[in-house]
Amino acid sequence: MGYLLPGSSTPTSATPRRTPGPAGWLLLSPLLLWLGLFVVVPTLLLVILSFCSRDPDAPGRVLYAFTLENYVRAFQPTYLKILGSSLLYAFLTAILCLVMGYPVAYFIGRAPEGRRNTLLALVMIPFWTSFLIRTYAWVTILSNQGFLNGILQASGLTSAPVDFMYTPGAVVLGLVYNYLPFMILPIYGSVEKLDQSLIEAAYDLGARPWSALVEVILPLTRPGIVAGFFLVFVPSIAMFAITTLMGGGAVPTVGEVIQKQFTAARHAPFGAALGTLLLLLFFAGLWATKPRREPEPID
Amino acid sequence: MNTMVLLENVSKRFGSTVALQEVNIEIFAGEFLTFLGPSGCGKTTCLRLISGFERPSTGRVILDGRDVTGDPPYLRDVNQVFQTYALFPHLSVRDNIAFGLRMKKLPLAETRERVDKIIEVVSLDGLADRKPSQLSGGQKQRVALARAVVCQPKVLLLDEPLSALDAKLRHQMRLELKSLQKRLGITFVFVTHDQEEALAMSDRIVVMNLGRVEQIGGATEIYHRPATRFVASFIGDTNIVEAEVLGTDDGKILCRLEGGLQVLVRARNAPPDGKILVSLRPEKIRIHKTRPPGENVFRATVISEVFKGAVDDLTLRTEGGLELGVLDTNEGSDEVEFDVGEDAWCRIHPDDVIILGG
Ligand SMILES: Nc1ncnc2c1ncn2[C@@H]1O[C@H](COP(=O)(O)OP(=O)(O)O)[C@@H](O)[C@H]1O
Ligand SMILES: [Mg+2]
Repeated sequence: MGYLLPGSSTPTSATPRRTPGPAGWLLLSPLLLWLGLFVVVPTLLLVILSFCSRDPDAPGRVLYAFTLENYVRAFQPTYLKILGSSLLYAFLTAILCLVMGYPVAYFIGRAPEGRRNTLLALVMIPFWTSFLIRTYAWVTILSNQGFLNGILQASGLTSAPVDFMYTPGAVVLGLVYNYLPFMILPIYGSVEKLDQSLIEAAYDLGARPWSALVEVILPLTRPGIVAGFFLVFVPSIAMFAITTLMGGGAVPTVGEVIQKQFTAARHAPFGAALGTLLLLLFFAGLWATKPRREPEPID
Repeated sequence: MNTMVLLENVSKRFGSTVALQEVNIEIFAGEFLTFLGPSGCGKTTCLRLISGFERPSTGRVILDGRDVTGDPPYLRDVNQVFQTYALFPHLSVRDNIAFGLRMKKLPLAETRERVDKIIEVVSLDGLADRKPSQLSGGQKQRVALARAVVCQPKVLLLDEPLSALDAKLRHQMRLELKSLQKRLGITFVFVTHDQEEALAMSDRIVVMNLGRVEQIGGATEIYHRPATRFVASFIGDTNIVEAEVLGTDDGKILCRLEGGLQVLVRARNAPPDGKILVSLRPEKIRIHKTRPPGENVFRATVISEVFKGAVDDLTLRTEGGLELGVLDTNEGSDEVEFDVGEDAWCRIHPDDVIILGG
């Protein structure tokens, strides 16, 4: 998954693969131990749990008896619809972040070297406050008694409050707002490394600005775009805190459903099954977007 | 000869830096013109004004009779070979070369034909499907060249294109570039800080210093008739000597050099007066054991000698204390040798004493 690293360049067949030697493995061991204990083991437990059932007499108790009922339930239209809309919101979020983030990242990456860190800091500083506080700030702006409705009514544009909150739009807005830096940073990494003379070569060879963008700049910053897209898309699918705040339960997302299974609904095995399905989905997505052979020659 | 490019009273400032000052250059169609000068003298800026990546602060850029001062690079019929090649890493050699034609929306069949032809011309056969990362420096250079000339530009701009190559390849590429230019008939505008490169390839050379044009002329003219002190000392080695004009006589000027030596100088344009600077090339000063006949003969003592194979590199001091570098060619096997401390007769032809302006 090396290509998920911000700004990593497209691999070429000229670079030989290297496996770490004994010293390399030693240096990697703390990380491997950490990943094993806190990622691999819990994930396996989750998968096992997804094949268990709930004690009908004591909700919340797990019966360790193999069953597929959680998966059968997960494929019911209700849940498929929720999964589908979650994917859609996450996809929209990633696209909007890309459309808004790319020009920003490009601008910062092409700014004079001395100014780049300042500009990056300006992007980052708002994110030093908790995302919950920042999301609540949106609530105060968008709610029926909020700032935006206040302006709309005071100016006479609307007579009754407009429902901004608890709509899919509000959910996507909350996600976009919170995940935008995860799009900007990896793209910035790619743009910053883009050699100015390549852009000039494109213009020199007759490319108008739009062609230069499509033919040279976008392909060469693809690693950053791919990384940014995944860094936004993947966590957006299962994000429940923002969707709960902005959607208020009116816009159910898969993250919220999973969270509820482990808490209020007290049906951990079903939550685990949904989680496992998401995991499979991520792997499928990774496999499908894996960089393959380079674009074909002209003929 | 038709004018292809005209830089008319062009000045360029970057903030408080003056990169070019009142530059006037006429580039003829089909010639190989070289900008030569030390680093930072404004050569690249001149190229970028022609390619359109910079706009002049004042003055005009005329390309093939049309004022292109305000045109962006993609509207100018000019292509460039970049110093770092700037090959598109995500495209194959073939796609790199085809890029310009694709941008011009040429029919695919014609694109393919022209690309294949130019691949042959620059001997890149068999490499067309490689990526730039799989090429050597010399091959990248050829791709960069092919990518530019396949567009059949009115002017090809080359910014120190050979500086990243090793010495052997650089010498070979000089010849190839020159012959390619002859074959294609495209106007080449070449930039280098290497005088040898400039002298070897160019039809004409623009010598620049500190954002100004010092002299424009052919290689031999620039070498043998440097117009300014800068040109004389930048190109080849020379003795630059202060002199005072004593009088004119029959098309020749009598000068007294530092140290009191009197020499006759061929007057070319209006004879100057007062204090002047003259240039005496070391190889133009002939030395002899016995007094030779003719004008401008003087005595001097050898104070150092370095044997350099084809030549002896000598330093001589005249009776008046003037020190001159002299190159004595080792032509025959019966060549006369000079030892340090020995006295010698020196002679310089009046045509070879060059009066410098500026
Ligand atoms: N984009 C720029 N911004 C500021 N100064 C520049 C810029 N480009 C060139 N200069 C300055 O202009 C002068 C001429 O530069 P350049 O044309 O690159 O010289 P050369 O190619 O002969 O080495 C130098 O002093 C350089 O520092
Ligand atoms: Mg330069």
